[in-house]
Amino acid sequence: MDQLLGMAFDVFRAAGNGIESIAQAGDRGIIAHTIDYISRRSDLILELMLEHLWLVVLTLIIAVTISVTVGIIISYYESFAQTVLGICQVLMVIPSMAMLAFMVPLFGIGFTTGVVALVLYSLLPVVRNTYTGIRELDPAIVEAAKGMGMTERRILFKIKIPLARPVIMAGVRTAAVMMIGIAAIAAYVGAGGLGELIFSGISRGHQPMIIAGAIGVSIIAIAFDYLFYYGEKRFSVEGSTREGN
Amino acid sequence: MIKLEGLTKVFKGHNIPAVKDLNLEVNEGDVCVLVGPSGCGKTTTMKMINRLYEPTGGKIYIRDEDVLQMDPIKLRLDIGYVIQEIGLFPHMTIYENIATVPNEKQWPKDQVKEKVDNVMSLVGLDPEIFKNRYPSALSGGQRQRVGVARAMVSDPPIMLMDEPFGAVDPITRARLQNEFLRIQERVDKTIVFVTHDIDEAIKMSDTIAVMREGELVQHATPSDLLSAPADEFVSNLVGRNRSIKRLHLIRVSEILEEVDRAPALKEDTKEEEVKKRLDESDIRTVIVVDRDNKLKGVIGVNDLKRKTGEVAGDYFQEVSDTVTDDATLNDALSVMLEIGEGYVAVVNEDEKYQGTITLGDLLNVVREDS
Repeated sequence: MDQLLGMAFDVFRAAGNGIESIAQAGDRGIIAHTIDYISRRSDLILELMLEHLWLVVLTLIIAVTISVTVGIIISYYESFAQTVLGICQVLMVIPSMAMLAFMVPLFGIGFTTGVVALVLYSLLPVVRNTYTGIRELDPAIVEAAKGMGMTERRILFKIKIPLARPVIMAGVRTAAVMMIGIAAIAAYVGAGGLGELIFSGISRGHQPMIIAGAIGVSIIAIAFDYLFYYGEKRFSVEGSTREGN
Repeated sequence: MIKLEGLTKVFKGHNIPAVKDLNLEVNEGDVCVLVGPSGCGKTTTMKMINRLYEPTGGKIYIRDEDVLQMDPIKLRLDIGYVIQEIGLFPHMTIYENIATVPNEKQWPKDQVKEKVDNVMSLVGLDPEIFKNRYPSALSGGQRQRVGVARAMVSDPPIMLMDEPFGAVDPITRARLQNEFLRIQERVDKTIVFVTHDIDEAIKMSDTIAVMREGELVQHATPSDLLSAPADEFVSNLVGRNRSIKRLHLIRVSEILEEVDRAPALKEDTKEEEVKKRLDESDIRTVIVVDRDNKLKGVIGVNDLKRKTGEVAGDYFQEVSDTVTDDATLNDALSVMLEIGEGYVAVVNEDEKYQGTITLGDLLNVVREDS
């Protein structure tokens, strides 16, 4: 936790340094202004952070459920795999603004649109990692399991998924961090979150607002990354190293 | 016990069958070794028995039951399966690995525990030490033992073994082979064993099935195979030095019964007696054991000159290597060559001295045969 706080301070300092250079053009007291703004509107910022977090967590749950399922399915049907991965790849390279714009005619403006767009974005890392995690297991392990009389279902749940878990989790981690950034843009279509602060700051020319929003997003991203990092360490016991033979 | 009739396998996209019209019968309690160069179809044949591969044609019977009509999962649960790569599950402890089949069969917990403990002791792994370890913490030889234990835990009547000792160094391999033969003597499974190593085949088998390009060339006992190879291919496979290969067929214990050598000396034997015995010995060496008949060492002529003392216990020097009584004469020969002596001491499982085998004994065996 100390480390986390330390990181947060680092971010503040870094943000502060950057801002100072921006501010040199005119108003010298921008840092003071920002701090002042954050302390004054801390309830609003906190609320937006929670909203942002909710958007990310909900999307993550939906996306991981879909992606892991798809990843497992295509690991059994090799002929599908490249097509599905190709589609996911295409989805990910669509610029986020464009993706959100595509979603509006389909889902209108609001939270749902944001969730759908974010889900589509985060498919690739998890689908790909699930697929490769399972495909790259030592074939001898799977053959031994099958030869001993385990059913395909048991092999999947007792052998394949537990062994591929570190790779799958790495995909989830990538997806989560990416999603936190894109979620800020989703405010554009009314999905809420810290993006609102940034966008209204831009339109109003209110710099402390933009900075406060950016700092909030960074904190969430870094916190998530750390959470996954420690989670992975926690779960990977001695034996979970991928290769035993 | 296992009967293959006209068994044929053609893989998708191949014109030449991997296994062609194979007929083979394995009797209950026998070890049948499938041997041949790589690509001869031996592994394919084995994998059809537990239906990892579905035959293209032909029949497989186990105890007169048509295997192809059985549920493959049920079939496999009753057939032990060991592969060269072992395929231990790296995320499970040794206990969990070995308990795989009993858990699939949903045995009660305490019964699983008892069985796992038993089978671990059987293959020479102390359950208390190894149970909770992960495969990554084990040596190659230990993993092979776990692989064998995992296949044997539910006491299946049949075992399929695909080069089970292929991935370990030659010394560990010989030890594992001997241990396995000792276990097999006790459990008496029907085993189909695949190897490309003819020496291993001769050593492990009751019958050998030689395969080439998907066809069975000869199915015979090792001794028949050595004395009457069916064609040039088989005689090339067994090689020229057939008399040396015969050494694989005979166990040290069988020779010990035949040779009549003076017993070992106790540690407290007087010097004059040691001298007398050294003079009588054909290898100019005497063996020294302790009160429990455990091997202490040997005394050579030079040892008596070099050291001073009163009893045998003052003179002996330790031996660098021994063989167990279930080892083959070939193992004994390699140990002799390794330690550079014309004899080797034989001990049993508990390190008790059983006798001595000399190079002369081996020569007699080879001479008798040829």
